[in-house]
Amino acid sequence: MSRTIANLRPEWLTPEVMAIAVAMLQALVILLAAVLVGAILTVVERRLLGWWQDRYGPNRVGPFGVLQLVADMIKIFFKEDWIPPFADKTLFVLAPAIAMASLLLSFMIIPITPGWGVANWNIGLLFFLAMGGINVYSVLLGGWASANKYALIGAMRSSAQTISYEVFMGLSLMGVVAMAGSFNLREIVDAQQGLWYIVPQFLGFCNFLIAGFAVVHRHPFDQPEAEQELADGYHIEYSSMKFGMFFIGEYVGMLLVSALVVTLFFGGWHGPVLPPIFWFVLKTSFFLMLFILVRASLPRPRYDRVMTFGWIVCLPLTLINLLVTGGVILLAAPG
Amino acid sequence: MELAFYLSGLVAVLATLGVISNHNPVHGVLYLVVSLLAVAMVFFALGAPFAGALEIIVYAGAIMVLFVFVVMMLNLGQAAVAQERIWLQPATWLGPSLLATVLLVTLIGTLWRGDAGMLVQGDVLSAKQVGMILFGPWLLVVELGALLLLAALVTASHVGRQRLQAPGSETDKEAP
Repeated sequence: MSRTIANLRPEWLTPEVMAIAVAMLQALVILLAAVLVGAILTVVERRLLGWWQDRYGPNRVGPFGVLQLVADMIKIFFKEDWIPPFADKTLFVLAPAIAMASLLLSFMIIPITPGWGVANWNIGLLFFLAMGGINVYSVLLGGWASANKYALIGAMRSSAQTISYEVFMGLSLMGVVAMAGSFNLREIVDAQQGLWYIVPQFLGFCNFLIAGFAVVHRHPFDQPEAEQELADGYHIEYSSMKFGMFFIGEYVGMLLVSALVVTLFFGGWHGPVLPPIFWFVLKTSFFLMLFILVRASLPRPRYDRVMTFGWIVCLPLTLINLLVTGGVILLAAPG
Repeated sequence: MELAFYLSGLVAVLATLGVISNHNPVHGVLYLVVSLLAVAMVFFALGAPFAGALEIIVYAGAIMVLFVFVVMMLNLGQAAVAQERIWLQPATWLGPSLLATVLLVTLIGTLWRGDAGMLVQGDVLSAKQVGMILFGPWLLVVELGALLLLAALVTASHVGRQRLQAPGSETDKEAP
């Protein structure tokens, strides 16, 4: 039977070619899924916010408001795509593309199930940190190219905040890296078969979550946007699909941080009875809900308090965590 | 991988030329970011992904952000671009370009022959030897340099502090 199939196969379709085709298909599916989930989240967030704040939220379009996304998309596509005459045109167009691309590229390194995932690199975690670093430019350039005071203030706040929080975002992950002995995310997930890293690395988890909120500038760290003071900050001059890319990019960032938290601290796809993909989706959805719940319940702190909190509280905690982790690993090491 | 190496090397050189020749400071700094990314790509192609990733995280992701930040704070408008354009006229280019070309020809000539016989005198020093000399006989000087940097850091911190705690400032009033 297998011989007949082998005979039917065309000459160029070697196992290598098939492996490449499958990998490319997987990458495409993951990319589309990430964008689609990001888009759907915009509506899910508004419905959940409405529910938690005891009001309806968008419930008019379609049954239970499920078609709201379609309505939003139609609206955003047909708006005038306006570039202000005083703006720096190249950078103005480039900024939203960086916002979307840097975050989507980071999905490459996330292992979804044993068989699913795009890149299996030894520097996986460093790649995420690098892309996080590149992502700062989107806000920075968007704010500067708009040539608008509010946008510039938003961009400057954002760069200061992101640089500060990226310092201990990287450091809070080093505890996990030290325990697993690898930057490779698949090896980190496999190292958590017995015990999820949330237990030994609880401080690291707290710091990473806070830094994650700050780096994708979600509420309560949405200083660069701050509707009440800055009237939407860095994307104030953007309209149509360019605004859409900033907007969806924020949700893609949320999804990315949730998936990373699951991979690094909650055992990735591991879980009893049910298939791996189910566990991964369930855990990631939980953290997405957490993102939305935090937005629904916490007020936004003053800007200087955000900076002070990062440097005075989070950085020392991260360093202590790293020190203790290193000490324990050295003590437990044989010899 | 060889193609990737040469391509990213070419991008690095072109982007660096862009840094020098651009009239707009922000565009110039962005060319520098592209150049650093290209150098990181060269590291990847050479089989040193760790160095490449660190290059992106440290240089492109942190240091260059501060550069862009400062240039943005200066708020240079069209006037600055016009001034740069005047400064970068062909007459100004001529002298430095000639001198740089001489250096380039010398460098290519040295690389082409690829032997150590072209040294003026002495041996080729490796990084290890430099490190051993720095942290052996010259340790005291290195430590003095470190002390100087530390003093500069403390001074900078002090100067920044003074302004924050000026009497009657906003920060004082709002503190709980």
